[in-house]
Amino acid sequence: MNIADAVVQGILVGGLYALFAAGLSLIFGVMRLVNIAHGDFIVLAAYVAMVVIEASGMNPFAALIVVVPLMAALGYVIQRFILNRTLGEDLLPPILVTFGLAVIIQNGLLTLFSTDTRRLSAGPIETANLSLGGITVGVLPLITFASAVGLILLLEVGFFRSRLGRAFRATSDDAETARAIGVNTRHIFALAMALSFAVIAIAGVLLAVRSNFDPFSGPARLIYGFEAVIIGGLGNLWGTLAGGVVIGVAQSLGAQISPAFQTLAGHLVFFAVLAIRPRGLFPRMD
Amino acid sequence: MADPILSVSGLSSGYGDFQALFDVSLTVPEKSVLGLVGANGAGKSTLFKAVMGLLPRARDMVTFRGQPIGDVHPERMAQMGIVMVPEGRRLFRSLSVEENLRLARDHGRAGDWTPERVYELFPILGEKRRQPATALSGGQQQMVAIGRALVANPAVILFDEISLGLAPIVVNDVYAALPPIVDSGISAVVVEQDVDRVLKLAQTLVCLSEGKVALSGPTESFTKAQLTAAYFGE
Amino acid sequence: MTLSLSKPALRVALGLIVVTLLLGSAPWWAGRADLRLIGEFMSFLALAVLWNLLAGYAGLMSVGQQAFVGIGGYMLFIGVIWLGLPPLAAIPLAMLVAGLAAAIFAPLLFRLEGAYFAIGTWVAAETVSLIFSAIPSLGAGAGMSLPVAAVRSIADSRDGREAVIYWLLLGLGVGTLAGAYALIRSKPGLALMALRDNALGAGSVGVDIWRTRFWTYVGVAAVTGAIGAVIFLQKLRISPVSAFSLTDWTVVVIFIVVIGGIGRLEGAILGTLAYFILRELLVDYGAIYMIVLGLAAILVMTVSRAGIWGALESRFGWSLLSTRRHRRE
Repeated sequence: MNIADAVVQGILVGGLYALFAAGLSLIFGVMRLVNIAHGDFIVLAAYVAMVVIEASGMNPFAALIVVVPLMAALGYVIQRFILNRTLGEDLLPPILVTFGLAVIIQNGLLTLFSTDTRRLSAGPIETANLSLGGITVGVLPLITFASAVGLILLLEVGFFRSRLGRAFRATSDDAETARAIGVNTRHIFALAMALSFAVIAIAGVLLAVRSNFDPFSGPARLIYGFEAVIIGGLGNLWGTLAGGVVIGVAQSLGAQISPAFQTLAGHLVFFAVLAIRPRGLFPRMD
Repeated sequence: MADPILSVSGLSSGYGDFQALFDVSLTVPEKSVLGLVGANGAGKSTLFKAVMGLLPRARDMVTFRGQPIGDVHPERMAQMGIVMVPEGRRLFRSLSVEENLRLARDHGRAGDWTPERVYELFPILGEKRRQPATALSGGQQQMVAIGRALVANPAVILFDEISLGLAPIVVNDVYAALPPIVDSGISAVVVEQDVDRVLKLAQTLVCLSEGKVALSGPTESFTKAQLTAAYFGE
Repeated sequence: MTLSLSKPALRVALGLIVVTLLLGSAPWWAGRADLRLIGEFMSFLALAVLWNLLAGYAGLMSVGQQAFVGIGGYMLFIGVIWLGLPPLAAIPLAMLVAGLAAAIFAPLLFRLEGAYFAIGTWVAAETVSLIFSAIPSLGAGAGMSLPVAAVRSIADSRDGREAVIYWLLLGLGVGTLAGAYALIRSKPGLALMALRDNALGAGSVGVDIWRTRFWTYVGVAAVTGAIGAVIFLQKLRISPVSAFSLTDWTVVVIFIVVIGGIGRLEGAILGTLAYFILRELLVDYGAIYMIVLGLAAILVMTVSRAGIWGALESRFGWSLLSTRRHRRE
């Protein structure tokens, strides 16, 4: 593989990382909460998709019809009945509770599905590829990247043009005043989490079709998503896409040096950005 | 005297361990203005927050149209007809002027007060409706905050220090809006540091001192000297 | 309760001395398995006290402390194998390098807030782990073993070696507890207490938040390095997976602190006990006991934030290692 190839692959996988990050970014924006179990929920979505597919014989993309609402409902319930109780001045409770959820999910999946690595099969689309300007590009990575762009576009439009988006932004600015105006913030927080989980579901299926996964694949996904958010800048979903691309390219180029260097390359770029531009490339909020 | 629309009886509340209000009682008559005065820290904003449910209170401590509402969540208050113009305006900075109004209308009650009517009351807002709410001047932001309360079509508006940080001439403009508001059928409870202004616009007066009611009754029954004395806790 | 520092502090000191003497004599009356168990208890107690200092007091919620356990372990091996140091002399080396690593990461990590800081510490740990596993002379992914000669140099007999390591762990456990207690009651400790209660407020009364956090982070890293060094001295073998294990060195420790009670030193003792009991009860059920830990932590955080000790303290007013200077709720 040459450099140009590696960069293109990196850009495309960056879309997937941006999807990981989008869910994180969304809920941080609305309620200043970081879900440490985020990556584990992505993996959970992958397993849910797997179960749905095995039971119905559906194609992974068709399975989204079931997985997305299921995950969204799960997110709503978790926020409404568990995480809402941890919101407040103290920073520790949400971190610790989501950490607890991460451990439960990992070990729960381990108990149910063992450590075998899995993969979802999407049929011929997995190996299909196009030639773009002399570079061979896989159709699946292209679809993944396009999905990321499409989803971010949808989220941005939703946030700035819809009634619900207005309520999200107001709650994010000042939850107490929003309540006084009549916004049911407990419900809004739960809706935001449901939305984040919908994105998680999509990311999970796209991940599962693309690579192997096992009960402990979650933390790495969280870390890549987190790095994308920090590099891109807080409060900016397009920035998150840029951040995802940066990590993707860094990892791809790192892998050219040696396979062991792949993840490390991403971490080093992350620390470099933290050192030089701590607020990220395109920060939009404090 | 008109029927009370909102009344507080024996309200005690505070922040965690710290009690800020001790057995406060007052009555807001319909379609009138009640002036709430007191030194800094006397508990005026705290009282508003307690009425709105943002601070703890018991069921019977707050009554609206004769019904106890002390156990109602804050987000239901706008639907019921009680809204607040908070201290410091607290506009949503990610939203434009128009969006601030629309949000409040989405979650309030339907009625005569629409964003358009707010723009009639405050024409300058109509010109700046698409700007981010916090990009406006202090006085204009105060108008947005009042407009935000109006579009919920409430029965009672709690005005918390709307003159804070504003030049006197701007304050006059803001307060000029009060008579039309009350005429449209809304009662107002006004927290105000400027005693002279309160004496002019309120029909009823309550003075708080260190979390307790020091003075309460029709405005004309007090002299300025009595009021000042109660204000400073003498 | 008044500001009297003499009586309760004296009681605590006496209590600790008695317990230490009792446990210190264990090599003469306890079997090898029991010694190892108590030693393990002490290592987790120490890690829990340290994590409590970081998260409960300095407001630094780190999920990357495994970095320093691993660095400590590897530096012991490097000190013995590459530098020919006697194992006990390699422990200060471990502390030094761990502290240094913390000093390098801190300025970067401190740019992140709250949960983002937490994940950042995790990334730092992963980075350190990846670096160590890339070095071939350290055995790369497979790890390496401690040479027999170096191990023999600790003491003549197997029992002797077990005793020495046991005393090291005991010293670390009791020492960390006593040290944390002393620190919190001392003048610099006031800064930590202020930071815990209200970071912004602390800043406004002149507490240098950044420096307090920095030195706490570095100090905790150094002691963690020492603990890592002794743990792996005992294990005789190290690999990146075991050295930098999130599960072993962070997940368990966090749960100990949370369940026992954050911000209360007694909580570390109770939490460690609770963990060991749970582990004994559920050892046959594999992953289930991690799930139970997770559930317990969630329950604590949503129901009684102060953990088991906090609940006992509110209910019965108990206080063993009171670092409180005034009455709170």
